Amino acid sequence: MSKFKKGGKKELPAISTASLPDIVFMLLFFFMVATVMRDDTLMIENKLPQADQLEKLEKKDRIIFIYAGKPNNNYRGQFGTEARIQLNDKFADVKDIKQYILAERAKKREELIPFLTTALKVDVDTKMGLLGDIKQELREVDALKINYTTRKGEVQGNFNN
Amino acid sequence: MAKRAAPEVNAGSMADIAFLLLIFFLVTTTIASDSGISRMLPPIKPPDEKPDIIKEKNIFQVIVNKQDQLLVENEVMELKDLKEATIKFIDNGGGTGEDACDYCTGEKNPASSDNPSKAIVSLQNDRETSYKMYISVQNELVAAYTELRNKTANKLYGKTFTEMEANANDVNYSGDKDKLKEQVDKIKKMYPQIISEAVAKKQN
Repeated sequence: MSKFKKGGKKELPAISTASLPDIVFMLLFFFMVATVMRDDTLMIENKLPQADQLEKLEKKDRIIFIYAGKPNNNYRGQFGTEARIQLNDKFADVKDIKQYILAERAKKREELIPFLTTALKVDVDTKMGLLGDIKQELREVDALKINYTTRKGEVQGNFNN
Repeated sequence: MAKRAAPEVNAGSMADIAFLLLIFFLVTTTIASDSGISRMLPPIKPPDEKPDIIKEKNIFQVIVNKQDQLLVENEVMELKDLKEATIKFIDNGGGTGEDACDYCTGEKNPASSDNPSKAIVSLQNDRETSYKMYISVQNELVAAYTELRNKTANKLYGKTFTEMEANANDVNYSGDKDKLKEQVDKIKKMYPQIISEAVAKKQN
């Protein structure tokens, strides 16, 4: 009667992986929707300070970013350890800011121009002198709406390290 | 002739393709959206314009020196006490006649600010002040205004100001939006945020 029974041992049926693509696709769509592409490569240390009185910066197309901080390990040899400004992917001087803002402004749609905000992403250990210079430059090109980008947290956390 | 079934497409590699894409998005993703403290910079005034004359008692002076120490109204202060002191100053309402403030709950000390709409917080920092201290001070000052606004909103409308503002910006809010916006503006007018920043002092 070996017509129906083959072999001595009965093998376990393979687990079906047919639903695996579905699961992976679900994850994929989540990340595709939630993703914000990182558009600047940071060349500086950029540890943002903490604060709890936050306003959300929505509408990415209305924001111009200015980064400032000490050059990170890869660039320290070339640029030293003094805090510097980074615009787009390059280090820049204070005097380059005006041109940068004007260039960025020209790229935006005209009806958005009154709503443009300059987001300052400044490292915690930067001195206020540099920031004061940046603010003065911004005033001169009439880019008055600014936002100090921070992380959410208690202010006391800024001093705990 | 018998109908032949279409051959099944092998979908075994679909998972691999999806995984590849998934890993790409995982790596490039930064989920957190940006948020921070918003400020308006003062426009540059023509040099011949005369500065406004402001009464000394309506100015709340906050100075941060290069060692990140706070000097508030000529007294050394800890960061944690700054919010309380700011609230006390803004909400003082010591004015009389035209400057009187009928909604203030402060001490009505005639030597302090007349009216929240007159009260100016003046923030001065040194070029050597650290950014973290500056942001912390800014945060405390904004927190003082937020607390006063919340308190007033609670008294007038039974909601906190933060809640009202969030609702006013919420597309899905079901209530009367125009009325809400009006109320938000009213509270903003009662406690306007006037924080003046002098240009950082040069180091001697």
